[in-house]
Amino acid sequence: MSDNRETEGGSRRRSQLKLAGDRVAAGVAHAAVTPVRATAGLWRRSIQARVVIGTLTLSAVLSILAGWMLMNRVTDGLLEGKRQAAISQAVAGVDTARSKLEASDVSNFIDAGNVLNGLISVLSPRDNASNDYYVVIRGPSLPYQSSAVAAGTRVSANLDVTKTVPDDLWDHVRSQPGSWYAYSQATFFSNERPKEPALVVGSQVLDPNTGELYSLFYVFPLKEQQQTLFVVRSALITAGALLVVLLGTIAWLVTRQVVTPVRLARRIAERLASGRLEERMHVRGEDDIARLGLSFNQMADSLQRQIRQLEELSRVQRRFVADVSHELRTPLTTVRMAADVLYDGRASFDPVTERSAELLQTQLDRFELLLTDLLEISRFDAGAALLDLSDVDLRDVARRVIDAASAVAERRGSRVRLVVPPTAVLVEADARRIERIVRNLVVNAIEYGEGNDVEVQVAANADAVALSVRDQGVGLKSGEEVMVFNRFWRADPARARTRGGTGLGLSIAVEDAALHAGKLDAWGQLGTGSVFRLTLPRRAGGEFAVSPLPLEPLEPRPLTTVAPYPRFVHETRRGIR
Amino acid sequence: MEAVRTHRGKVLVVDDDSSLSEMLTIVLRQEGFEPRVVGSGDRALAMTREFRPDIVLLDLMLPGKDGVDVCREIRSESGVPIIMLTAKNDTVDIVVGLESGADDYVVKPFKPKELVARIRARLRKFEEMAPESIEIGDLVIDVAGHTVKRDDEFLSLTPLEFDLLVCLARRPWQVFTREVLLEQVWGYRHAADTRLVNVHVQRLRSKVEVDPENPEIVLTVRGVGYRAGEAKALR
Repeated sequence: MSDNRETEGGSRRRSQLKLAGDRVAAGVAHAAVTPVRATAGLWRRSIQARVVIGTLTLSAVLSILAGWMLMNRVTDGLLEGKRQAAISQAVAGVDTARSKLEASDVSNFIDAGNVLNGLISVLSPRDNASNDYYVVIRGPSLPYQSSAVAAGTRVSANLDVTKTVPDDLWDHVRSQPGSWYAYSQATFFSNERPKEPALVVGSQVLDPNTGELYSLFYVFPLKEQQQTLFVVRSALITAGALLVVLLGTIAWLVTRQVVTPVRLARRIAERLASGRLEERMHVRGEDDIARLGLSFNQMADSLQRQIRQLEELSRVQRRFVADVSHELRTPLTTVRMAADVLYDGRASFDPVTERSAELLQTQLDRFELLLTDLLEISRFDAGAALLDLSDVDLRDVARRVIDAASAVAERRGSRVRLVVPPTAVLVEADARRIERIVRNLVVNAIEYGEGNDVEVQVAANADAVALSVRDQGVGLKSGEEVMVFNRFWRADPARARTRGGTGLGLSIAVEDAALHAGKLDAWGQLGTGSVFRLTLPRRAGGEFAVSPLPLEPLEPRPLTTVAPYPRFVHETRRGIR
Repeated sequence: MEAVRTHRGKVLVVDDDSSLSEMLTIVLRQEGFEPRVVGSGDRALAMTREFRPDIVLLDLMLPGKDGVDVCREIRSESGVPIIMLTAKNDTVDIVVGLESGADDYVVKPFKPKELVARIRARLRKFEEMAPESIEIGDLVIDVAGHTVKRDDEFLSLTPLEFDLLVCLARRPWQVFTREVLLEQVWGYRHAADTRLVNVHVQRLRSKVEVDPENPEIVLTVRGVGYRAGEAKALR
């Protein structure tokens, strides 16, 4: 099972990409858990929702305002007519009352009562059933009568006068001449009749004979007007509501016209982004939306063309690298073998030929290394490098590399110390590439370590593993910790050639680390030494926040006096031939 | 034991590059082998039947018939060790070559000594053969007779697959890392290329496992390597 996985790095990486997509989708689903959040999200994300809600709110406010104003105008108009009619009726009533009073003779309070009765019968509407209006008349308030107001008051129907005629209107009419009106509720003694809104017009009537003051009130029920207003109001509310709904629907339809193609464009753009380059928008008509679609499709065409071109270029380059590789390697193999035969037989040559055979041999080695590195770099550039993933214990890699480098270390007089945790430091990685990175770092540290000790440290945390190589050589000038990774970069051009190497090692190491979504960084101080640190995510293509190892040494001190970390196993290895 | 060694190892070189073939011939003769060269893939199989080589060196890029196809053809008839010569070091190419039946590979440009060491490692199997019978899972291995049986039925393994199985079966309690297997079965030192092991374990499983998806003979120990399954053959 695990072997399947190891030889199918490509498909595994694809499935991880898909996993990442699922995670995004899950996040979106999670965001829409609560309805409040969902609404907020809708508001934030949907132009359509925003426009429709905005239109609804605005049109609702406007129609409420307009309805209110209309209601006021209609009410005013209706009541104005009624009021004028009422006032002219009242004025006429006053005249009638005055002439009636003039004609009567009042000498005692019994007469006064009769006069009032006469007045009320004259002033009451002829047809009592119509209930057009009610009349209230009140006689002069005689001192002996003041306690029995009712006695001096006559009403044309069973109105509750004290409730129907407002108190301030009583006072006004009594104290000032002329006619006054007020809106009130016509209240009846009978329980069956409900209150009615009413207009009450009150006037002073002066008895020309006695100079006594009579108060005459006309009560006009406004039931009809109220019914009219009720009808108007419900019509207005219905119209307003319909208007709001209509506007909302219009807004929804109009935005849909715009938003639907935009959403479609978004979906198509997403598909394009995910690599389905053939996706195009459906264009209909010649309007702005159609033009958007047209431009979108043009953009997609141009993108597709360029991507295809790049793919073609990459394919050609890959092909070229493969061809060059093959074409160069085959004759090189022959040359290599021939040189080897010559080299093995050099003892029988004259000194000049012997030396030539030696030079041929060593320079072929160098040529070979350079070719290998160049081809490796072009593979990276062509995007042809693939990971062959398996579970790797970084400690084993470090041990193997240090063992293999022991000869070089001994030649340089350096000791390589390995500091590792006691448990396995497992990482999902391409063992061949990781070993190449580590070999490069360790050999570099020995080569540039000036014969001082080199320390290799391995550590892990929850989501990353790291390996750092520290030397105590010449170190790096500031700014060089970035430049060391440049191709063919050499710290000191004057003496670099003697070091060997192709100048591509660290560039390849950086590419290898990047292929694992890992990082390779450097730290250096002139005269103190340098540290190279490789950090890899535990799972290929995973992420990590911090490296398990510090890049800078906590304090620059000689490695030979480094105090042992209690939790770590120390391994010091000496170059052994 | 040295019976096979007495005649010089016969090496069939399948390569279209005449200079390289000639150079290989020179080097192999020097090392005491008996080389024969075939320049195209089409004639490789016929020559294998006729020459009966002890080992085949096969270039993967051949005019006419492709090296991978040639490898498959030879493998369908014979378990002769095949070392492929390849100019490509890409995993895909190497895995394709190994899956088509090659036992080992050498990437061009190689040093003659390296090639000779690989050839010797592939021929080494004849050196140490004591009569011995090992059980692994429900299989019985006759080491000297070079046969593997499941319930009286013989399984056909190439010498390399046989070596791999024997190596695991001799120490069923031990977990072998890929590196250790490379050293013991292939004769490598300091080699990190575990693709060889992975591909061959898969090939071995496809032949010896009842269900290769759920192996019982060659078990994977995650993060470490492989070990043999428990012996449970009935007597």
